[in-house]
Amino acid sequence: MYRYSEFDESFVRSRVAQFRGQVARRIDGSLTEDEFKPLRLMNGLYLQLHAYMLRVAIPYGTLDSAQMRQLAMIADRWDKGYGHFTTRQNIQFNWPKLADVPDMLDALADVGMHAIQTSGNTIRNVTADHFAGAAAGEVADPRPVAELIRQWSTDHPEFQFLPRKFKVAVTGHPDDRAVTAAHDIGLRLVERAGVPGATVLVGGGLGRTPMIGKVLADFVPLADLLPYLEAVVAVYNLLGRRDNKYKARIKITVHETGIEEIRAQVEAEFAARKPLFSGVDQEMLAAITAQFAPPVFEPEAEGDYETWRAADPVFRAFTDTNVTAHRAPGYAILTVSLKAHGATPGDCSSAQMRVLADLAERYAHDELRISHEQNVILPHLPKRHLKAVHDALLAAGLATANVGLVSDIIACPGMDYCALATARSIPVAQGIALRFEELRLEHEIGPLKIKISGCINACGHHHVGHIGILGLDRAGVESYQITLGGDGGPDAVIGERTGPGFAYDQIIPAIERILRAYLALREGRHETFLDAWRRLGMEPFKAALYDKEEARADAA
Amino acid sequence: MPPRPYTPKVLTANALLEGDVVWLAADGHWTRRMEDAALIEDEASAELHLLDAHARAHEVVGPYLAEAKRGPKGPEPTHFREAFRTRGPSNYPHGKQEGR
Ligand code: HEM
Ligand code: SF4
Repeated sequence: MYRYSEFDESFVRSRVAQFRGQVARRIDGSLTEDEFKPLRLMNGLYLQLHAYMLRVAIPYGTLDSAQMRQLAMIADRWDKGYGHFTTRQNIQFNWPKLADVPDMLDALADVGMHAIQTSGNTIRNVTADHFAGAAAGEVADPRPVAELIRQWSTDHPEFQFLPRKFKVAVTGHPDDRAVTAAHDIGLRLVERAGVPGATVLVGGGLGRTPMIGKVLADFVPLADLLPYLEAVVAVYNLLGRRDNKYKARIKITVHETGIEEIRAQVEAEFAARKPLFSGVDQEMLAAITAQFAPPVFEPEAEGDYETWRAADPVFRAFTDTNVTAHRAPGYAILTVSLKAHGATPGDCSSAQMRVLADLAERYAHDELRISHEQNVILPHLPKRHLKAVHDALLAAGLATANVGLVSDIIACPGMDYCALATARSIPVAQGIALRFEELRLEHEIGPLKIKISGCINACGHHHVGHIGILGLDRAGVESYQITLGGDGGPDAVIGERTGPGFAYDQIIPAIERILRAYLALREGRHETFLDAWRRLGMEPFKAALYDKEEARADAA
Repeated sequence: MPPRPYTPKVLTANALLEGDVVWLAADGHWTRRMEDAALIEDEASAELHLLDAHARAHEVVGPYLAEAKRGPKGPEPTHFREAFRTRGPSNYPHGKQEGR
């Protein structure tokens, strides 16, 4: 796995020391909140509804067992024994005390982690496909490119005061598990005539004006990628609006300026910047790539896997939903669901973090991933260990066989934590999961992505949910708006609103009506909810949602 | 449009050190319980209290006036957001509800 350099280490330590001084001066009164707030945000420290919150970056979602154990230690020592994994491959601690945060940051630095650029108008934590380097059918491991971007963007003097936050995602797989089309820049690694490169998408984003990214360059050779990206961000830095924060994102710039004009300016900027890159970036990329070399895969990894599957229906159901095909023979990619029915999506207790760390270390080449879907992954697991891993996960309450199903919901913290929220998200997710568990319908319904946000900022990705739920405040009452047909994959689309929203106690029955309508209308089990939506369109679902007669008949 | 009539409010903020929710009590201290807050019934003193709270930035963060009504034990929230702030999150017994 990648090891951070000594430069990183001393840079991070000096930032922590600096912040320690700033916290001390805030507490003794020599800094006002207005002076302190930008400084704390530069170090990932927010103020939420009931407490502070520390957001820690997990670049491209990759961790080893030592890092995971340190997160558990931090959760126990300075928080309430758990952490919340987010859609941006970060972990958030919800209850730190102001005076403890410098110690938390030092503890993170001990394992090469930090909270720098997890907030503010900078290039944020770079995200990537959580199955990177493991999935069958991958064109290239996106993590070396993501790490190169991390090093280039961290503390980049030109890009510390962008018009707005800036998010980059990278995928190296045609399935696009990184939702690249919903990012300021999305990179899709491809190969043309033996030359590695990337398709560059620009101007995607969710929030109050959701937009799907447009192709800015069909192919940029990797050798040119960094100067090209720098040109894109430089053009945005110049053109991006600063008069209105809602119009400051690059999606608006692309929309207002036009993709052709942006492309022309980027090309000109690229031509000017390219000669300034002496090739050091390519040496760095080569060195980084070498460090991301895959583990030495065992030759006889399969063991008795198929025998266990045949003998044990619980194990079989678990592997059916939670295992993805690995590129090495006899290996599995295992997704560990953090969505036990009724649990808070993305939350992981310190005890569970330690179990996951132990399993990764003992059985799975010491690697873990955090997905934007708020689950944890063992990317390289020999199938002969799957039984032992399943047993350990069962004991830790981590063996829920629901990956990709109704209850595998993305939910932002919503009004239970977030100061910006207009309604709650977590109890809605909990309620849906429990209801479909009770109905025993989740496996019958099959692949489905439900995503929930507690306000229009769309941290829960609701626009690209097959079913999206947006929490709103309607005259002091929680109300929920539903969108259907969104998709975050390679042909990403924004979902369509069904119509008027639903009250808090009506949203779960409303979701049930949609899914019962799907079961009645589908052509067979092979037709997923999304496929059925694409065939049928809004009308039948709208009828199921709003037709009072039908709703009453259903309830009877 | 005629000016909106003034409705009663409490002054609330987050404590500097812990980040938890506090309200201004009648004697000027920050209380952790909304029932002990002062219900501010006239507009002029609401504005004065807010100015004063901003001046006490070494104690609290982000003070603002929140709608409230008179209840049997003291001020009560009128909006669900303020109600959550008196309790804590709904998924765990954390926050203020922890101590009850
Ligand atoms: C205190 C907690 C949080 C605050 C204050 C916050 C704030 C925001 C704001 C203001 C935006 C809108 C930006 C814009 O589009 O202009 C946003 C977007 C976003 N946030 Fe959060 N957020 C929080 C927690 C989270 C969490 C927990 C997640 C993951 C579960 C997350 C992931 C995202 C994502 C993916 C977007 C997407 C919008 C885009 O396309 O840029 N945030 N957040
Ligand atoms: S979507 Fe809104 S409520 Fe949810 S975390 Fe983001 S800012 Fe907070």
